[in-house]
Amino acid sequence: MNQKRSIFLLSTLAFGIAFLYIPMVLLIFYSFNKSKIVPIWGGFSTKWYVELFKSPEVWDALTLSLKIATVNACFATILGTLAGLALVRFGRFRGRTLFSGMISAPLVMPEVITGLSLLLLFIWLQSAIGWPSERGFSTITIAHITFSMAYVAVIIQSRLAGMAQDLEEAAQDLGAKPLRVLTDITLPLLAPGMLAGWLLSFTLSLDDLIIASFVTGPGATTLPILIYSRIRLGLRPDINALATIIILVVAIGVLVAGYIMLRQQKQRALDMQMTAEETP
Amino acid sequence: MAEALDYTDRPWLDPEAEPFIKVQSVSKHFGDFTAVDSVDLDIYKGELFCLLGGSGCGKSTLLRMLAGFETPSSGTILIDGQNMNDVPPYERPVNMMFQSYALFPHMTVWNNVAYGLRRDKVPKSEIQQRVDEMISMVELDQFAKRKPHQLSGGQKQRVALARALVKQPKVLLLDEPLGALDKRLREQTQYELMNIQEQLGVTFIVVTHDQEEAMTLSTRIAVMDTGRFQQIGTPTEIYEFPNSRVVANFIGNANMFEGRIIENGPDHVIVESNDPKCEFFVDHGMSIQEGTKVWVALRPEKVRISKESPANSSANTIRGMVHDIGYLGGTSTYRVQVDGDHMIEITSPNMMRPRDASPPIDWDEEVYLSWDASSSVVLTK
Repeated sequence: MNQKRSIFLLSTLAFGIAFLYIPMVLLIFYSFNKSKIVPIWGGFSTKWYVELFKSPEVWDALTLSLKIATVNACFATILGTLAGLALVRFGRFRGRTLFSGMISAPLVMPEVITGLSLLLLFIWLQSAIGWPSERGFSTITIAHITFSMAYVAVIIQSRLAGMAQDLEEAAQDLGAKPLRVLTDITLPLLAPGMLAGWLLSFTLSLDDLIIASFVTGPGATTLPILIYSRIRLGLRPDINALATIIILVVAIGVLVAGYIMLRQQKQRALDMQMTAEETP
Repeated sequence: MAEALDYTDRPWLDPEAEPFIKVQSVSKHFGDFTAVDSVDLDIYKGELFCLLGGSGCGKSTLLRMLAGFETPSSGTILIDGQNMNDVPPYERPVNMMFQSYALFPHMTVWNNVAYGLRRDKVPKSEIQQRVDEMISMVELDQFAKRKPHQLSGGQKQRVALARALVKQPKVLLLDEPLGALDKRLREQTQYELMNIQEQLGVTFIVVTHDQEEAMTLSTRIAVMDTGRFQQIGTPTEIYEFPNSRVVANFIGNANMFEGRIIENGPDHVIVESNDPKCEFFVDHGMSIQEGTKVWVALRPEKVRISKESPANSSANTIRGMVHDIGYLGGTSTYRVQVDGDHMIEITSPNMMRPRDASPPIDWDEEVYLSWDASSSVVLTK
């Protein structure tokens, strides 16, 4: 019985992993294909990587994407944190329920709608006040901030709700004015949540194709837009090479994060053991 | 002329003493719910005052109003003569020790204790000295560089105490200070807390639901129920002279009898109870009408249990059968069935060492219960 179940479990596990990773393995495999036609194996080669690094288009798109992602993550973290704080810590205020519902709307709104409405806004603004004169970096960044900050606000909200308010009260009781409580106690304790929000915003922005393609203009091509437009002309090995590099970067990131978490866990277990031994 | 009385330990009896904290008809409503219902309270300098009550009785809300985390819906709170209603928590001369201790997890023990002094812009050298002193007082010197999660429960409790005391507040508010500790540590910490209070002379206001804790710690206790004070008094007053059934039942155990006044003399009253059938002779007069419905409370340790019939009167005696014995070593608890299925609880010290292991009074034995005329308490509500 036990044996049987474990075979069943193992096969589902194997199937699941295969389902997730075979496409990626294929992608990596074909990025080293000498032949220009993707499904035909023409021998091992790294020439697509070399070509990739030589292509200014790819570099421009990558820098633009990283710039947008960084600026977006910073603004989204600040605005989202403020929104989360307002929702959880300011008690009841007029329109709180409405605000709290509206902040999570971008999470469920179809991206096409968000993209379309933002595009409309930018066009309307252009004709009304003359700004933005052209769509590109700034419009994409603004569009990304609008939905990223909703994610950050949700993360901050849940972290604040789990954080006992008595720490903030204790600080006040010891003579800290509200602003001081925020900088001394609330923000340091929120830091992990803010970091998580920053990283999530960064990835969301780097990942976004739909909204960006709505609000971008000529001359501003983000990496996803570049990949998508090239793929439309047919599968290309240089795009495979680019995707392989992205997979590598993500994998390294996950491994590092996992290692740090493991170390923290071990440290915590050690601390617990230490206090247990000292207690009379 | 009566000679001058010494009020140092009992400032609430001194007619000339000015209360340090005055709570004047303070109420607190949360929506439709009334947490604190128009209470008045005077607390004097140097007291260790306990607010005692079950959960939801309003004791914590009152404490939070003293700390400034809640504002009274009506009424005023005066501390040292100053109206506190519009004073925010960070400007009040009080500090609070939280039930959860609320230690800042990202700061070391030393920085936790120093936090309050830093906010007050105390010079660095003085901070150093006062924090070090306070940390040695609570015997945490070797833990000063630790973070809170590296401490045991008892150590955290002491850090919280040190952090609240280092600012030398006029009043220290303690919310269930021993609630999170295990029993042995609790007893030990109780006395430490009393010593510290005596040493520093700070007024302590303690919120607790543990009556034993309140009895040992406090100079006075306020028993709270449904947002009101049922009784305020010293532990002895509250225990020996409860003013209502609520208080008598809440503090310690009491056998409660319902009855009527059948005789009201100048120096005694007699109460007759029907269930169980019994007469109580009480050795003090009362301004009460004959026939009034009253209750008699009888503490378990004030009842004698014996196999022989007591010599004198028929009042203050009842016959029964031992139903249960709880042997606790120093004392034994008997549950005696009287007049049908009414149970009376008796605690009796085991003063004699028995010759063999058989108990002097056994299960199902006929016994006589008796008590002094001064032992029972007549309650009208």
